[in-house]
Amino acid sequence: MNLSTTYLGLKLRSPVVIGASPFCDNIALAGQLEEAGASALVMHSLFEEQIELEQRALFHHLETPAESNPEAVSYFPRYDEYQLTPDTYVRKLERLKNALSIPVIASLNGRLPGGWVDYARQLESAGADAIELNTYQLATDPDTSGNFIETDIMEIVRSVIATVKIPVSVKLSPFHTSLAQFASTLDQQGAAGLVLFNRFYQPDFDIDDLEVVPRLKLSNSSELLLRLRWLSILSPHLKGSLACSGGVHTAEDLIKAVLAGANAVQVVSLPLEFGPRSIITLLDGLVEWMNDHDYRSIDQMRGALNMKHCPNPSAHERANYIKVLQSWKV
Amino acid sequence: MKQTSSADPLFSTLDANEAVASVAYRLNELIAIYPITPSSAMAESCDEWAAGGKPNLWGQVPRVVQMQSEGGVAGAIHGGLLGGALTTTFTCSQGLLLMIPNLYKIAGELLPLTIHVSARAIAAQGLSIFGDHQDVMACRATGCAMLCSNNGQEAHDFALIAHAASYKGHLPFIHFFDGFRTSHEVSKISMLSNDDLTAIIDEKSISAFRARGMTPDKPTLHGTAQNPDVYFQGRESVNRFYTFLPGTVQEIMQRFGELTGRRYHLFDYYGHPEADRVVVAMGSSIETLRETSEWLNASGEKTGVIAVRLFLPFHVKAFLAALPETVQAIAVLDRTKEPGSIGEPLFLNVLAALSEGRSPLAGSPRVVGGRYGLGSKEFTPGMAKAAFDNISRYEPLNHFTLGIIDDVTGTSIGYDASFDLEPADVRRCVFVGLGADGTVGANKNSIKIIGEQTDNYAQGYFVYDSKKSGSVTTSHLRFGPRPIRAPYLITQAEFVACSQFSFVGKQDVLGYAKPGATILLNSPYSVADTWAKLPREWQAVLIEKKLRLFVIDATAVAQASGMGRRTNTVLQTCFFALSGVLPQDEAITQIKKAIAKTYGRKGDTIVKMNYAAVDAALAGMQKVVLPATPDTDAVVTPPPVYPGASVFVEQVTARLLANDGDNLPVSAMPADGCWPTGTTRFEKRNLALEIPAWDSSLCIQCNKCVLVCPHAAIRAKFYEPAALAGAPETFQSTDFKSKDFPGNKYTLQVAPEDCTGCTLCVQVCPAKDKSNPRHKAIDMAPQPPLVAAERANWDFFLALPEPDRTRIDLSTVKNTQFLTPLLEFSGACSGCGETPYLKLLTQLYGDRLIMANATGCSSIYGGNLPTTPYCKNNDGRGPAWANSLFEDNAEFGLGLRLAADQRALNARTLLKLLAPMLDQVFANSILDAPQGTEAEIADQRARVATLRVKLHAIDTPDAQRLALIADDLVKKTVWIIGGDGWAYDIGYGGLDHVLASGANVKILVLDTEVYSNTGGQSSKSSPIGAVAKFASGGKGTAKKDLALIASQYGHVYVAKVALGAKDGQTVQAFREAEAYDGPALIIAYSHCIAHGYNLSQGLTQQKLAVDTGYWPLFRYDPRLAVQGQTPFKLDSAPPKTALAQFTSGETRFGILKNIDPARAELLAGKAQEQIKTHYALYQQLAAPTPATPAPAKEPATPIS
Repeated sequence: MNLSTTYLGLKLRSPVVIGASPFCDNIALAGQLEEAGASALVMHSLFEEQIELEQRALFHHLETPAESNPEAVSYFPRYDEYQLTPDTYVRKLERLKNALSIPVIASLNGRLPGGWVDYARQLESAGADAIELNTYQLATDPDTSGNFIETDIMEIVRSVIATVKIPVSVKLSPFHTSLAQFASTLDQQGAAGLVLFNRFYQPDFDIDDLEVVPRLKLSNSSELLLRLRWLSILSPHLKGSLACSGGVHTAEDLIKAVLAGANAVQVVSLPLEFGPRSIITLLDGLVEWMNDHDYRSIDQMRGALNMKHCPNPSAHERANYIKVLQSWKV
Repeated sequence: MKQTSSADPLFSTLDANEAVASVAYRLNELIAIYPITPSSAMAESCDEWAAGGKPNLWGQVPRVVQMQSEGGVAGAIHGGLLGGALTTTFTCSQGLLLMIPNLYKIAGELLPLTIHVSARAIAAQGLSIFGDHQDVMACRATGCAMLCSNNGQEAHDFALIAHAASYKGHLPFIHFFDGFRTSHEVSKISMLSNDDLTAIIDEKSISAFRARGMTPDKPTLHGTAQNPDVYFQGRESVNRFYTFLPGTVQEIMQRFGELTGRRYHLFDYYGHPEADRVVVAMGSSIETLRETSEWLNASGEKTGVIAVRLFLPFHVKAFLAALPETVQAIAVLDRTKEPGSIGEPLFLNVLAALSEGRSPLAGSPRVVGGRYGLGSKEFTPGMAKAAFDNISRYEPLNHFTLGIIDDVTGTSIGYDASFDLEPADVRRCVFVGLGADGTVGANKNSIKIIGEQTDNYAQGYFVYDSKKSGSVTTSHLRFGPRPIRAPYLITQAEFVACSQFSFVGKQDVLGYAKPGATILLNSPYSVADTWAKLPREWQAVLIEKKLRLFVIDATAVAQASGMGRRTNTVLQTCFFALSGVLPQDEAITQIKKAIAKTYGRKGDTIVKMNYAAVDAALAGMQKVVLPATPDTDAVVTPPPVYPGASVFVEQVTARLLANDGDNLPVSAMPADGCWPTGTTRFEKRNLALEIPAWDSSLCIQCNKCVLVCPHAAIRAKFYEPAALAGAPETFQSTDFKSKDFPGNKYTLQVAPEDCTGCTLCVQVCPAKDKSNPRHKAIDMAPQPPLVAAERANWDFFLALPEPDRTRIDLSTVKNTQFLTPLLEFSGACSGCGETPYLKLLTQLYGDRLIMANATGCSSIYGGNLPTTPYCKNNDGRGPAWANSLFEDNAEFGLGLRLAADQRALNARTLLKLLAPMLDQVFANSILDAPQGTEAEIADQRARVATLRVKLHAIDTPDAQRLALIADDLVKKTVWIIGGDGWAYDIGYGGLDHVLASGANVKILVLDTEVYSNTGGQSSKSSPIGAVAKFASGGKGTAKKDLALIASQYGHVYVAKVALGAKDGQTVQAFREAEAYDGPALIIAYSHCIAHGYNLSQGLTQQKLAVDTGYWPLFRYDPRLAVQGQTPFKLDSAPPKTALAQFTSGETRFGILKNIDPARAELLAGKAQEQIKTHYALYQQLAAPTPATPAPAKEPATPIS
C-alpha cells in the first residue's frame, strides 16, 4: 500500500499533515505526532502585528516601571546578552527542524508588504521546508472593496514567491466572490498550493456578563462538506497542490478529502482532542478502506470524485442545492 | 562590560557599581549575593553575566549564588574561602552589619576576600537608603582592611588593587565607595583589560591560597575552641600581617601606576606644598575638597587635602609623610556618626597618628573633627570652603557639622550656599522628568554618547523622589574637556529641560537655571498659549534671568511615533540640537546608534518608533520670544494650604513637601524618630489623568471598587438623608439598598487629587448599562474638568458621619468597606496589589492595631517621608506602626505583642488592686469583659472612660498610674507585616520561631514573589519558570509553600488568599485570624509591577492565578480540629484551565520564551505538573479524616 503523496512538491509519506496549531510549541508532542504517522507539520502563524504588539508590550513592561525609584531603577535583568525578540518563532522552527525528520512548514500572517517578505526570508533561512501564507483579513471597513482585498493578497503572494526559493502555499478563506477564479490566479502566479480553508476565529457572547469573549471551537466533520465541494471544483483546474483543512476527523473524512482532490489533509482538532494516537487510527482506517476497495495508492484515489471524474458532476452545482432543499418534507 | 588593554585604553561611560562588578566578576570563582540598595546592581550584573556564560580571568564562568540574607552570604563566602575558591560579594548598610560575625572569622583565619561596599547609612532614628560611611565604620574592629575609592575610576581601579592586595596580604578587604553619589554616578572610566588584571594579580599568591583550601587529601582543622591559655596569643599572632599590608598595598599601587599611569598612594596629598591648612577626608568629598582647595590656593591661600585611601590598617608614617610640614591646622571630615565617642573614627585615627608618630612638625597642628554628608546630604564647595575657613580661625569649632543647621547643640558651621567654583568649560544641564517617562534612561544614553563619542569627560547623576512610582526625577549632567570633580548636584545649569507641563508652577524647574540658560519645555500648547499658561512667577523668572525658552509638544510627537507618553527620545534630540555638543547630524546619528544598541535586542519595532521620534523631534521645537514683562493677567500660583493640619505639619511636613527639607534645623526633627501619622492627605499629588466617575443609577452598591482601590481614593458611605444639607451641587447621592438601614442614602466618592488613575475600580465594577455594557457604574473620565467639583464633593463626603461600627455586620465584603480606611494615599505604585490588603486590615482593626512592618515596599510606602499614609479615625485612634529592620520583623512584632500584654497585665493588676476603692462589680465588668466584637470593644472603651472619671476621684499613686495606662485594658491586636523576601528568606527563621511560640500575633505576608522594593530579585517565593533578577535564566525550582509548612504546626491559623479571586474568602480569613487566640499567618497574593504587565489587569491575573491552580486558596483553622472537623478548608476549585492562561500574560514568565525557549518549555511543563500534584495534596489534606490530630493544648513555648 502506497500512502505517499506529493504536497507543495514535498514528498510526504502519508496525506495526513498537522495543520497550523500550537503543536509546534511542544517538541515532545510534535515528535509523538511524527511517530504516529503525521507526514508534515505546519507551525502556527507568525503574525506580524503580534510580533509588533509583543515588542511594544515587552518594551512597555520592561521600560515603563524603570528609572522611577532609587531602590529599583529596573525590575528585570538587563539581558544585554540575549536577543529578546523577534526571532522566537524562527528559533522554534530551528528546534523543530532539529527534532523532526518530517517537513516543517512555517506559516506567516503579515500586515504590511515589507513584513511578509522580511519574515519569509528569515523562515527560509531557518530551514522551513515550505511557507504557508495565511492571508486572513477580516474586512471590517465598509469602504474596502473585495477587489482591493484580493489585489492586496495577490501582491503579497507574488512578493513572497519572488523572495524565497522554497514552495509557498496560500491558505484561503471560503468567502471570496469568485473563489475559483481567485484560486486559479494564485495558481498561475506560482503558488505551490492552496489550503482550503481558514477557520475563522469567531468571538462568542457571554450573556451573563454582557461581554464578547474569545471562543475557540474545535472543528467537526460537518465542516468537511464545504471543503469537499471546493476541492472537487478546484482540483481539476490547478497545477499546484491542494490541502483540505478543517473537518477531517475520521478515516472516512480523510478518504473523502482525497477523493475530492486533496493532496494532503491538515488535521488539528482531532489530535488536540484525542491526542497523537488519533493519527494512527486515521491512517489505519485509510489503509483498511483502501484494502477493502482495492486502492493501491493515494495517487490512484486523488480526485476520483471531483468535478472532472465523478459520475454526477451536477451534484456539486446549484441544481443539487435545489434538489436537496426540495427533499425536505415539512 | 568592556575590556581592552592598557596600551589602548578604552573609555566607557558607566556607573561605579558596574565598573567595580566588572573587575570583581573577572577575579572570582564564587560570588554569593543578596540584594540591598545601593549595592544590588553589582550583584545583578554578576548574575546576568554568569547567566550569559561570560568567563572570568581564568576562563571559567563564576558560580553566582543567591543567599537568604547577608548573614547567609557571609557564611557562604567564609566556606568558599576556606574551601579554596576565589570568593567575593557586594553589600552595604545593615547587610554589611549582618556579615560582621563572619568577618571576624575570615580575618582571624587570614582569608583573602574583598567585599565591595557602596557605603550607606545605617537605620537608626529612621532608615536611609542613601550614602555615608556608617556601615563600613561599624566594621573597624573586624580585622578587615579598608580601602576607599573617591570616584568611579578609582572604584574600578581599587577593586583590582583590593583583590590583588588581599591575595598577597592574606587579609580580607572592605573596598568601599560612597553609596549613590559614587555607586550610581555615571562617568567616563578608562576600563581595565584582562591583561591589566593579569599584570597586577600575583598568581603565586592565588596558588598559595588554593593550596590552603580544605581537602580530605590534606586534612586540617579550623575553628577550634580555645581556652585562656592560648586565645590571647592566637589573636596577637596576626599582627605581622597588618604590619606588612600597607606596604603590600603601596607596592601594588606602584605597579598599577606604572601599568596604567594612574598613580595612587596610601594617602594622597593635593594642594599647596606649603599649606598651613589641610583637610583630611575620604570618599567622594575629596573631589569637592580638591577643587575648593585649588580655588583657595589660586586666591593666594595655602591649603591642601589629604585623601585617605587605605583607612585600615592606618599607616602612621605614610600619613605623616603626606602632610606638608608647614601645616598648622587640620580639619578631619568623617562621613559617619558615633554618638558618645570623643570623635569620629578618621578624626581619632589622625589624632592618634600625630601623637604616636611623634610628628616632626614644628609644633603640633590644631586638629578638629567634623561630620558631613550623612544619608547622602550634599557636600558642596560652599561646605568645603567652610571647613577650610573654620580652621583659619583662632579657635576653630571642633566636633562640628557641615551641611545642616544644628540649632540644638550648635555644632553646625555656616556656609555660603551660593559659592560656585565650577570652571567655565564645564557644561551643566538639568532634566526634570517623571519617573517612567524615560527621562533618566535618555540622559544615561546622552551622557554615554558625550563620554564615548566626543573628547569630553562626562558625568551623570540621577535623583528620584521618595515615591515608588510617579516620582519626580532630576537628571544632572555635566561634561567638559577635563575630568569632572563635582560630586554634588547642579544648581546653576546652562540647560534645563522639563518633560512634564504639569510640573509648571509646582516644581522649581527654573530654579536650576543660571542667567541666560536655555529652557526646553514639553508643552501641549502652541507657543503663544504656552506663554499664557505659565504662572506669573515663571514668566517673571524667565524674563529676569533672560532665559531662552523653547517648547515642543513632545508628547504628541512621541504618540505619533508609537512611543506613547515616553517623550525621552524627542527631548533628547532637542537637547543635542540646543546644546551644540555635537554637530546636529552627528548627534542624530549617535542618538540612533544608541537607540539601536539599547533597543535592538528588544526588536525592530521599538528601534523604528524611536527613530521616528528622533526624526520628528526638531520640526516641532519652537522658540518663545519673551515679552519685556510678565502678562498682567498671568495666573499666580497660590501657596499650598493644609486645612486642618497640625503645627508640626505646617512647620515641618509642609517644608518637606516644598523641597525645603534641607533647610529644616535639627530642632525640627523628632529626636526619637517618632513622626505623626496621617499626613499623605496634605500632599495632593494630582497624578491621575483620568479618575473614576460614578453613575449612581447603575451602581449596585457592592463596594468592590472601594475594596480594591490601592490608595483609598474611592470610598462609600451611607447616612441619614438629613446629612445632605449643604451638599455641593454636584454631590451625588442615591437611596441606600439595605434592609438594615432603611431610608438611608448612599454615596460613592472619589478623592480626585489622590486617585492615581490605576483603573482597578473600573475593572472590578460588575454593574453595566444593560443597553450599552461599555458603560459601567464607574467609568474613567478626564480629571482636569472634574477636579474642582469633586474636590468640594470629597470634602463634603469626609464630613459626613462615619457609620456606627457596632451596627454593621462585617461578615460581608460590602459592609467592611463602609469602615474608615486608616491607610490612605500612600506612595505605592499605581495599581499596587499589596495595599488593598493593608487597607482592609486597617478598616477592620485599625483603631486597635499595632503593626510591625518589615523593611520593603510596605515599609517604604508605609513610612517613607515626607508624608505618612497610616492615619487616625475621628476618635483619634489608628494604627501604631513601626519598622525595625528587614530580618527581624517577626521577632520585633513578638516584642510588641509581649509589651502590649505586659501593659495590659499591669493595668489589670492595678485595677484589681483598686477595685475595692472603685466598685468591685464595675472593676470585674472591665476585667471579665469579652472583647471579640466591635460592640464589645466599644463597650469596654466606654467602661474605661468611666473608669478614668472614677480614678480622678481617687488620690493615690496607683490610681494615677492606672489613669495613665487605662487604655491598655482595651484589647490591642498585633499584626506583623512584610513581603516574601522577608517571610520566605531573610526573616524566615524568626517567623518560624514566632509561629512556633504560640503567641497571639497575626502575620500578613504580602507575597509578590520577588524582592519588589529592591527591583525584583528572586526570593524563595518566586515560582518556577519565572525570570527575576538573580534568576536571569528563569528560576529552576519550585516556590516554597510557606502556608503549608506553617500549617504543619497544627496550632497556627493559616490562610492563603487572593483578593482579586475571592474577596469574601480574604475577608473571612482576616476575621478568623483575628478571632483566633494564637498565631495566624495569612499569605496574600499581591500582583506587582515587577511581574511585568499593566497592573490594571492585576485582579484578572489574580483570578487566573486561582483558576489555573497556580495559587490555590485555603484556610487552616486549628479550632476546627478541636471540634473534630478537618481543619484544612480548600477554598478554590480544582484547576479549570491550563497554567499558560495565567503565565502568558506576565513578562516574568513570557520573557524566558524569548531568551531560552527550551528551558521555558521545560520549566512550564514542570510547573503545570507541580500544580497537579500540589492540588492533589491539598485535596487530601482537605478530605475529612478522623485521624486529624488536635493541636497541642499548650504551645511549645508559652508566651502569652
